[in-house]
Amino acid sequence: MKFAIQVNEGPYQHQATDSAYQFTKAALSAGHEIMRVFFYHDGVNNGTNLTTPPQDDRNIVNRWSELAKEHDLDLVVCVAAAQRRGIVDEGEMQRNGKSAQNIADGFRISGLGQLIEAGIQSDRLVVFGD
Amino acid sequence: MSILHTVNKSPFEKSSLNSCLGYAREGSSVLLYEDGVYGAIKGTAIADKISGLSGVKIYALGPDLKARGVSPEKIVDGIEVVDYAAFVSLAAENDKVQAWV
Amino acid sequence: MSEIIKKFMYINRRAPYGTIYAWEALEVVLIGAAFDQDVSLAFIDDGVYQLVKGQDTSEVDMKNFSPTYQALGDYDVTKLYVEKESLEERGLTLDDLMPLTYEDEDDDWAEKDSIKLMSRSELAAIMDEQDILFSF
Repeated sequence: MKFAIQVNEGPYQHQATDSAYQFTKAALSAGHEIMRVFFYHDGVNNGTNLTTPPQDDRNIVNRWSELAKEHDLDLVVCVAAAQRRGIVDEGEMQRNGKSAQNIADGFRISGLGQLIEAGIQSDRLVVFGD
Repeated sequence: MSILHTVNKSPFEKSSLNSCLGYAREGSSVLLYEDGVYGAIKGTAIADKISGLSGVKIYALGPDLKARGVSPEKIVDGIEVVDYAAFVSLAAENDKVQAWV
Repeated sequence: MSEIIKKFMYINRRAPYGTIYAWEALEVVLIGAAFDQDVSLAFIDDGVYQLVKGQDTSEVDMKNFSPTYQALGDYDVTKLYVEKESLEERGLTLDDLMPLTYEDEDDDWAEKDSIKLMSRSELAAIMDEQDILFSF
């Protein structure tokens, strides 16, 4: 089965991204395909490389980056939601005159069309929110 | 077509579980996870409502129950405790997933 | 844009302005309109508040996005299902909602209502027929 995952909340504030991560891992272990993980609303905050969580707790951002690397996942952060919340890549930095970029490894910023496309091309869309 | 309904908020915090149960038709499944697992506990104000559903199978996510200190014997009879692998299977076996956030 | 046509339902359960979900959901609908899918919107629980007429955000200094619902007809998004029970629970009637319409090109561009009042059980049946359900 081809899954598309939507994450609507940011790291630590809500359990949504944790649940999405555990679901994604379990789906991969079962041999399913994860077509895309799309981060929307505050979910875009999962894509910042500037977090420094306490050492004795999980590192949510790094966990996604590592899973993406291990399984060649497509982690997409919505551009409109990212612009509102300050998640910036090289292109956005240049285009919008920002002083820095902060997109985490394995994540890319793209349009809402990627979510729609994921809905069309996958077999199941699973949404994690609050 | 069967739906897997997911509920992740406590029924005492939000009306999401209540709304979900209004939409869960015969043959569909409901998975309680995150704070939604509080809806699976015996003896609460909503326990009768959740155990009184015919034709709808209710599941609760084990890891979330455990995290919240809810032991298996405290769960309403008939609610099946499952793990993340089963969550994935439920999503695959039903035609689509509806998230009641 | 795509050869596969799926039934997309966008489920709106939250009030506008208190959180961003209503507005950002609308942004998905607008972008999604370009993909020529079979689209419908469901307004359930506090989601029905999104369609209330007379929204004036001047004193909260937030963007009033309610006019966007009027534009949906132009994007071929013409099925806005509003749950009857949710309206009643909130003391609302159809008269409290914006008169949203579209022009039916298959009927000599006749102006028709986009809002379709549905009971919970009718909406549950429609939900069952969908291919994908979006939640925000």
